[in-house]
Amino acid sequence: MAEDPATELKRTALYDRHVAAGGRMVEFGGYALPVQYSGIVAEHNHTRSAASLFDVSHMGQVVITGPDHGTTIAALETLTPADLASLAPGEMRYTVLLNPQGGIEDDLIVTRPAEGQAADGVMFIVVNAARKHHDLAYMQNPVRTVTFELRDELALVALQGPRAAEVLGKHCDISDRLGFMQAAPATISGISANVSRSGYTGEDGFEISIANADAAALFDLLVADALVEPAGLGARDSLRLEAGLCLYGHDMDDNIDPVSANLLFAIGKRRRAEGGFIGAGNVIERLAKGADTRRVGLRFEGRQPVREGAELVDENGTAIGRVTSGTFAPTAQASIAMGYVPAALAAEGTPVTAMVRGKPVPGAVAKMPFVPQRYVRKQ
Amino acid sequence: MTIRYTEDHEYIRVEGKIGIVGISNYAQEQLGDIVFVELPSVGASYKKGDEVAVVESVKAASEIYAPVSGKVVEVNEKLNDEPGLINADAAGGGWLLKIELADEGELDALMDEAAYADHTA
Repeated sequence: MAEDPATELKRTALYDRHVAAGGRMVEFGGYALPVQYSGIVAEHNHTRSAASLFDVSHMGQVVITGPDHGTTIAALETLTPADLASLAPGEMRYTVLLNPQGGIEDDLIVTRPAEGQAADGVMFIVVNAARKHHDLAYMQNPVRTVTFELRDELALVALQGPRAAEVLGKHCDISDRLGFMQAAPATISGISANVSRSGYTGEDGFEISIANADAAALFDLLVADALVEPAGLGARDSLRLEAGLCLYGHDMDDNIDPVSANLLFAIGKRRRAEGGFIGAGNVIERLAKGADTRRVGLRFEGRQPVREGAELVDENGTAIGRVTSGTFAPTAQASIAMGYVPAALAAEGTPVTAMVRGKPVPGAVAKMPFVPQRYVRKQ
Repeated sequence: MTIRYTEDHEYIRVEGKIGIVGISNYAQEQLGDIVFVELPSVGASYKKGDEVAVVESVKAASEIYAPVSGKVVEVNEKLNDEPGLINADAAGGGWLLKIELADEGELDALMDEAAYADHTA
């Protein structure tokens, strides 16, 4: 580790487990985390065929507390364009934190606690690691009726893959009770946890919040299952790209609004009519007029990866946009990417060429997700 | 037969006037799963230190530099369809290109097996 405390990376509660499992540790969001253990492609494929365990403890788990549910929802609906008033107990919703220009300050998941899980007026959110301290200050400023508390004493792991429910089912009955984007408390082999059926891979799976003190025991319990292997940030990135899911700071940032980012599902229907959220003016105008540029999926010929920063050109060689994420995808077995192009060129099938080291790589706008999502929904 | 290594983890295995260039086993382990290789044109000439190829993993692209000056006389076409050969056998079937040495004296500045082992220790 670095000796200068200013540059020393933070460690999650699972740091020792990662090192012992052969994880290659890298910096991400200020934390030392494994980019891979056995190899990115093997971990990616294992997630699509069985189940993988990811340490996502670096993410910001925040508790919002207000005097009553209505006040807390009003505060969150000031900060985000989501319809959160319609969230039933134990339901979750993806949305974005906006600035007055409509730019995305962060993306997040909002969870309403299950019945009887928390006091009236409490809501949970999970935000990006690199943004969590920024977000706390940013959210508190316009909203004084509620308090935000970062729960750094909690760890978070994601068990992802088509056999994740089978694995978790050996230790608790939570997978019978939860559908996609639902959450509830559970006891997993004696460990108290908050479990949600959600993730960042496009597969069925669970995100499990536990005390830091219990993280190693839960990790050991789950990786002891023959179906489960640990997986690192590298596979997490290739999996989420195939699933068409955005990475903050790459596929969107504080200069990009959710309409341009093609995140319309982050904006509630009621909110589009009513407004009343920070950035509403610009976002509602964009909704009416349409975005100038849009985030699209891209698929290229051959095996050449087209990565973040690559310039996109049209058939005449004129620059039209740039790639924000891309790689050679292990499941899709294709060079795939996300990027921004003018709205007029955003239709599926529109030819687009990427320039990589000065050479053209032909491709086209492609439908996302690149690999079918396999979420398990329940009413 | 002589094998020499660069500080950037290329190897060159010299057989007469021809050097077979690839990346070391250490380098392929560090890069992880190779998914794409960009090879030079046969007949192109490079100076020592020029970028001569690119090896790409899922995560990143890595430039490969010519360990010596010379003319490319053959490239490993198998890598176009099977870039994973580099992971499977970096020192053998995963070679990148063959170069006709312009100046054998350039080899003297490179590391031998023992020095490279120290370099990666």
